[in-house]
Parts: sequence; C-alpha cells; structure tokens
Amino acid sequence: MSDLLSLSAVEARAALDAGDVSAPELTEAYLGAIEETGPLNNYVAVTADKAMDMAKVSQDKISAGEAGLIEGLPVGVKDLFCTAGVASTACSRILDGFTPTYESTVTANLWREGGVMLGKINCDEFAMGSANETSAFGPAVNPWQAGDGVDLVPGGSSGGSASAVAARSALLATGTDTGGSIRQPAAFCGVVGMKPTYGRCSRWGIVAFASSLDQAGPFSRTVADNALMMQAMASHDPKDSTSADTPLPDLMAALDKGVKGMKIGVPSEYVMDGMDSEVVALWETGQAWLRDAGAELVEISLPHTKYALPAYYIIAPAEASSNLARYDGVRYGLRVEADSLDDMYGETRAAGFGDEVQRRIMIGTYVLSAGYYDAYYLKAQKVRRLIRQDFDTAWQQVDAILTPATPTAAFPVGRKVEDPVTNFLNDVFTVPANLAGLPGMAVPAGLNTEGLPLGLQILGRPFDEATLYSIGRVIEDAAGFDAVPARRAGGV
Amino acid sequence: MSVDKSTVARIARLARINVPEDRQDQLANELNGILDWIAELNEVDTDHVEPLASVTGHSLPRRADQVTDGNRVDEVLANVPETAGGFFVVPKVVE
Repeated sequence: MSDLLSLSAVEARAALDAGDVSAPELTEAYLGAIEETGPLNNYVAVTADKAMDMAKVSQDKISAGEAGLIEGLPVGVKDLFCTAGVASTACSRILDGFTPTYESTVTANLWREGGVMLGKINCDEFAMGSANETSAFGPAVNPWQAGDGVDLVPGGSSGGSASAVAARSALLATGTDTGGSIRQPAAFCGVVGMKPTYGRCSRWGIVAFASSLDQAGPFSRTVADNALMMQAMASHDPKDSTSADTPLPDLMAALDKGVKGMKIGVPSEYVMDGMDSEVVALWETGQAWLRDAGAELVEISLPHTKYALPAYYIIAPAEASSNLARYDGVRYGLRVEADSLDDMYGETRAAGFGDEVQRRIMIGTYVLSAGYYDAYYLKAQKVRRLIRQDFDTAWQQVDAILTPATPTAAFPVGRKVEDPVTNFLNDVFTVPANLAGLPGMAVPAGLNTEGLPLGLQILGRPFDEATLYSIGRVIEDAAGFDAVPARRAGGV
Repeated sequence: MSVDKSTVARIARLARINVPEDRQDQLANELNGILDWIAELNEVDTDHVEPLASVTGHSLPRRADQVTDGNRVDEVLANVPETAGGFFVVPKVVE
C-alpha cells in the first residue's frame, strides 16, 4: 500500500489515532520502501525486527489512548547516534564492530515519545564532509536526478537522512549539524531540516566531532512534521553540561502564527562570487513571499561573514583532533596489532580513519601545537566572537534572517575536486549559525531549471526556534513545493 | 608558515597516525592549501577582542560530588578488542 508513504507525519499520527492504519502496517510499508530504494545506499543497517516490535508496542499504546508525540512513526537514525544493542559506527572503519550498551539521549527521547526505529543511516565519516562521500559504507545517493540521469550527492554530512526522507524510506530522520550538516543536505534533497540552538538537544551519546558546534536536529518532508519531531527530541539533559535548561515553547502552535509585522533581515554579505543565479533569484522570490505575507524586509550587514569558513576550519578540526584521540584500539572498535603501544595506536588510526578525517585531525593537531596555538586557534576564537557580535547587532533590528541554504544545487557523485577548500564552500551560508550557536532551518522553496530542489535558510535568535517555524510555514505555503524525486519508494 | 615533509611527520606523530613516507609530500601540499586559505583571518583586526569558546551563555552547572554510576565492568569491556581478567590488554610498555 504505497500511498501510506505519502502521508505526512502529522497525517500519519491522525490516521493511527483514528484507526485507519495500524502502527505495524505503517512500519511494514517503510521497511518495504527501504528495500525498494536500496540502491540509494541510505541505510547502513536496517533493524526490521526491532522496528516491528516497537510498532506493536506503539499500537498497544495507541489503543490504550496513551500515544506519545510521534507514536508509531517510523524514524531513521543517523549512524552518529549511539543506539543500545545496535552497531553504531559514525560510518568509520575505526568503529567497526562497536555496539553501544547505552542509548543517546536524543534517540531515547524519540523512543519514549513513540518513534519506531527503522535502522541506522549513512553519513560522512565522523560527520566530516558535505556530500556523504567520505562514508566507509560508500556514498549515499540523492533520489533527485537532473535530465541526464547522473547520480547526485545528497549533501552531507547527514546525507543519508535527507535522502531517505526525500525518497520516502523514512518518515522522519535524525541528523547532526556542525557546520551545515542538516541544512545543506535538506536543501539538496528538497526536505525540511532544522539545526536548533546550541544546547537545545542533548549531545550525550552522539559521536563527538566538534563539541562546541555539534547539534542534533530533525529531518522531515513538511514544516509541521519538523516541529512535531523537534518537540519530541529536545530536552534539558544533566548528562550534557552544555544542555540548556530553557523550556521549549509549543512549536506546533507557532506554525500558524504568520509573519505579519515581523522584521526579517537580508544580509548583503550573502551575495557571493560563484553563486548560482537561480539561487539568487529564488532568494529574491522568498523575500517577496514574506513581504506579501506582511513581513518587513530589512537589509542588514553581517560584516565578518567571509571569515566564518576559515575560522570554522580551525575550530572544528582542533576540537575534532582532541575528540578523536579516544580511538586508540584499546577500548572499542578497530585494532591493528603492532609490537609497541605507539605503533599499535599509529597503525590502528592509519587504517581506521579515512583520508578526510586524517586530514582534519592533522590540521587540528597542527593548529593546537606549541607555537601555533595563538596564531591559529586563539585567532579563530576571536573571529568567532566577532561573528557572534554581528548577529547580536542584527537582532536589535530584525526578528529573523533569510538567506539561501546553499550556493548551488546538488552536484554529481564522484565530482573530482583537486583543492579540498572547494568542498568546504558548500557550507558558506550555514557555518555562521554554528559558530554563533543560533537556530537555522532549511526549507525547500523551488526547483532549478534542471528540476533539482533549492532551499532557503532562516536564521533566528538563540532559543527562538518557534519564529523559524512560523516563517518556514509561510515559505512552505507560498512555495507550494509539491515536486517529488524520481527515485522514491512507491514512485514507479 | 609553510608545512614541509618533516612537519607532516611531526604532526602525524603527535596525532598518532602512521603516515607512510610516500604520502607525506602530498599531505604537506593539501595542508598548505588549507592553511594558506585560513590565513585570510589575518586581515581581521582582533586586537581588543576576547576569544569565544562557548556560546551557551550559561556557566557550567555544578553537581554534588557523589558517585552516581559504576559497577559496569561487563558493559565497559563489552567492545574491547582484547581483554583479560577484567582488564584492557595493550602491547607491553615496560621492559
């Protein structure tokens, strides 16, 4: 019954409560969809038995009138989240065979609210990448294609999550975003992706990449579904010392608030060389939609924007080099035997980490090493403050900021890039929000002339996710984005 | 500040990643490409700017100094590549 796959999460919840469909039926439909879309390589492990068991429990809770927020809804989990009894590898060889004995706080929250776990989803190794091509499991593929039929990347690092939601092999999915890893793939795959405020979702039990930047968030096909999942996954968690004890407002209530009287900033520094002209045009269209809905558009300046990426590529590798020191061949994961302890470390890490991860650990080690700390790391942290101050100044003028989500649409898998810096530019519009700790949402807003999705990004004040959902809903309604990718389950 | 082959070897040693000698030149090129680009930051005047390490806006929470967890030897050792008698096993470090 493939039309089960076209229900939104909100519609599916209503259908489950009304008894029009059972939780096991819905889960079975998604397990079938995973099989059907197998060539997209979105899942690194399918937990079919666990999914069916969880769906039966959900059905009992629904029948007893005790349904949670996402009761009975099938969820895909980025392989960066530790899941008890289910292998969790961060899509790296170095975590080969690692099966956590504990559950991440975010996934525990989702299961408590009734989510059904479909399996673990492909991503870039340790979330380092913007195309899902650094995964030890090979690239995930975007269900969208241009006319030439070439395989396109889904973006990254949460590429499999965005692709699976777009391909209808997950109704909802978790992601993490350190420099754009939720918003960029959401834009490439035509789905909604939210990176909440730093501290909104617990980082406990998520494989760490750059701890001062990492945040978990939801993927969905509609803005309302995204608000529903966000409500289920956020919490204050004493096990994460950076977790915020700030109550989450009713996000569902924010959906229909509109933007009348709202001031929305348009940063002049976000017009960049090499930007796709269709992206610029869509951005202007987005501004017109919000103006028509009663918002006031205000030109603002975020003068340090161009320095966000280089600052990020000091801070993130520095934190990563420190976080990834734990992979030592002693406590978990891969071990390559050698005669000395040092060689065992060195051989294990050489064999276990892929090229991109090794490169970033090396950069991070260098910028933290004696004699370079001040010139690189401290300098980057000072620039980070200036970026944060740019936004603080903007919030005195505006309630939210509208930008493009990415400089281009999705590009082909295996695109040859000589200079690693070229790949970093994917994140030019998304990285500032991570450095400043702000919430950011990507919303699909249209197709380019090749028929590929493009997204807009909305940035907000710390802990003001509600406003992003209000604006996101207006953009969604105005865009009327109802295009579907060719390679989706139930599509043929 | 340019990275040469011997610097790559030194960083690799610090990072405990055995990088074969025939990869070191290429890695030096890649790292230099990234570091040259990062040098853009030198354009920014940061003379009177405090570094920003955390965006949480709150200080680290405190808790009572109590043991709240433990006695999980089996769980701790569940994923260990080599274990003996409840211990981690590593190559010999003391002659």
